[in-house]
Amino acid sequence: MAKRHTDPLGLHSALEDWMLPVLVAAMSFLAALAIAGALASTTLAAQWQNDTAAALTIQVPQPGAPDAANNATRLAAVQTALQTMPGVTNPQLLSADALNHLLAPWLGTDAASLGLPLPAVITATWSGPGAGDSIAAALNKLAPGTLAQTGTQWAARVTALTGSLQTCAAAVLVIVALVGGALVALATRAGLAQRRDTIETIHGLGALDADIASRFASRATILAVTGAAAGALLALPVLLWLAMLAAPFASPIPQPGLTSGLTNGLARSLASMPPALWTAMPCLPLAAAVIGWCSAQLTVRGWLRKLV
Amino acid sequence: MIRFDDVWLKYHHQERGPGALARDVLRGISFKIPDGGFRWLTGPSGAGKTSLLKLIYLAQHPTQGRIDIMGTHAAKISRRDAALLRRRIGVVYQDFRLLAHLSAYDNVALPMRLARRAEHQVHADVTEILRWVGLANRLGALPDELSGGEQQRVAIARAVVGRPKLLVADEPTGNLDDEQAGRLMTLITALNRLGTTVVVATHNHALVEAYPAPRLEMAEGRLTAHG
Ligand SMILES: Nc1ncnc2c1ncn2[C@@H]1O[C@H](COP(=O)(O)OP(=O)(O)O)[C@@H](O)[C@H]1O
Ligand SMILES: [Mg+2]
Repeated sequence: MAKRHTDPLGLHSALEDWMLPVLVAAMSFLAALAIAGALASTTLAAQWQNDTAAALTIQVPQPGAPDAANNATRLAAVQTALQTMPGVTNPQLLSADALNHLLAPWLGTDAASLGLPLPAVITATWSGPGAGDSIAAALNKLAPGTLAQTGTQWAARVTALTGSLQTCAAAVLVIVALVGGALVALATRAGLAQRRDTIETIHGLGALDADIASRFASRATILAVTGAAAGALLALPVLLWLAMLAAPFASPIPQPGLTSGLTNGLARSLASMPPALWTAMPCLPLAAAVIGWCSAQLTVRGWLRKLV
Repeated sequence: MIRFDDVWLKYHHQERGPGALARDVLRGISFKIPDGGFRWLTGPSGAGKTSLLKLIYLAQHPTQGRIDIMGTHAAKISRRDAALLRRRIGVVYQDFRLLAHLSAYDNVALPMRLARRAEHQVHADVTEILRWVGLANRLGALPDELSGGEQQRVAIARAVVGRPKLLVADEPTGNLDDEQAGRLMTLITALNRLGTTVVVATHNHALVEAYPAPRLEMAEGRLTAHG
């Protein structure tokens, strides 16, 4: 017996257009970029936040003048106080050379020759709470006019920026999911309209709504998963490239030995991609499966309600 | 048992352009058909025969009135129960409604497969019924490759393959010659003798005379004779 196909809805070719998987692939590509962006900004921000928040700069004007208690120079008093101050580690007095070097862009090569009264500058690492106002207050008692600045304010701005980036990424993901669901619904509707007579006949023969809906849903799921997987794979090279660009910012200590050679560069950027990304990427086809299945089920069941 | 109690029907989407008043297609229809009964449904074209059959095979809700099919109040059942009830009703549509991409065999197998019957059972029943309607050598043919009469016989085979409790046929002999029509009536009366309730709409007077049975006679949406 010449048995042709037995699928009553002819769904082996249903939603036959390449349109659905291609559009879902585009959505998945966008989702991958959004996720990568959110994760990367988190990683970078964490890095920057540590660096900037921890940087403590202290300026002591008139460092050679006697301190308030008239025991030593102001600079010596401040340095002594810093040794025992909680939250402050590794205070370093900038040498005159280093200071000159820092000021050169503004004041020319030799700031000292201008006869300007330069403050002494001490850098340290700050691990205490808050913006370090307490330090300034304490030091001012020893040496009036002493300034202490931490990067806390900058760190707060970086946090705000990261938060906004993550909100944007979340918005992109929500929109991508909605558009993906709508695409599946549209494709399913087109498939239903094309098979209207067939579906009416099968319905008349006693097919359950669940039977018909699950056939469309399985088909939609396969197409959505295929598209999402393709989109995620296509996003991979782009993400690698971005990771390569971001690598110098992400790793606090540059390793000059490793930067040469494409293989090393690739390995480094692979390593610098946030680990969460490797978990997130396989989730894209999974999410597409859930969205595709639900959207098709709802669409078909809604459509079938028009039939008695 | 089939029971209609003052049933009225008005189509919501009358294809008459906007503003046209919806006409009552069925007007105050009441009758009873006992289990295992046989009824001819006669009347001129446009009288409402197809509409009445649609109500019987649960393809249409009445605008008003109560319908009981196999002892079930049709308006009160869930979608799922309606589907399960449809599986016990064999329908021969006026326009056959074969699935164009399925072979004669698979078209006939469809209701059994929807009811998740075992494939060996499907095979046995489908080949037997297709032999009965004289299509044993056309099992693999697509509807397009069959003549009008052959398509109608496939449609009949599909309606009876599940040994329905109720068989509804809308002008089933329209494309058949006298000999084929005779074979069909032999099949239907055999089913009826086995307990299937049968309603056949026709305007073939010779057929009605050859197989005397109670008649539901319609004109302009009303039942003009009953019994
Ligand atoms: N789907 C429909 N929508 C609107 N009017 C319909 C529809 N089906 C049938 N009619 C109208 O209902 C009347 C009865 O039709 P029908 O039940 O097919 O009668 P019969 O089968 O006796 O020829 C006709 O006037 C027809 O135009
Ligand atoms: Mg008719």
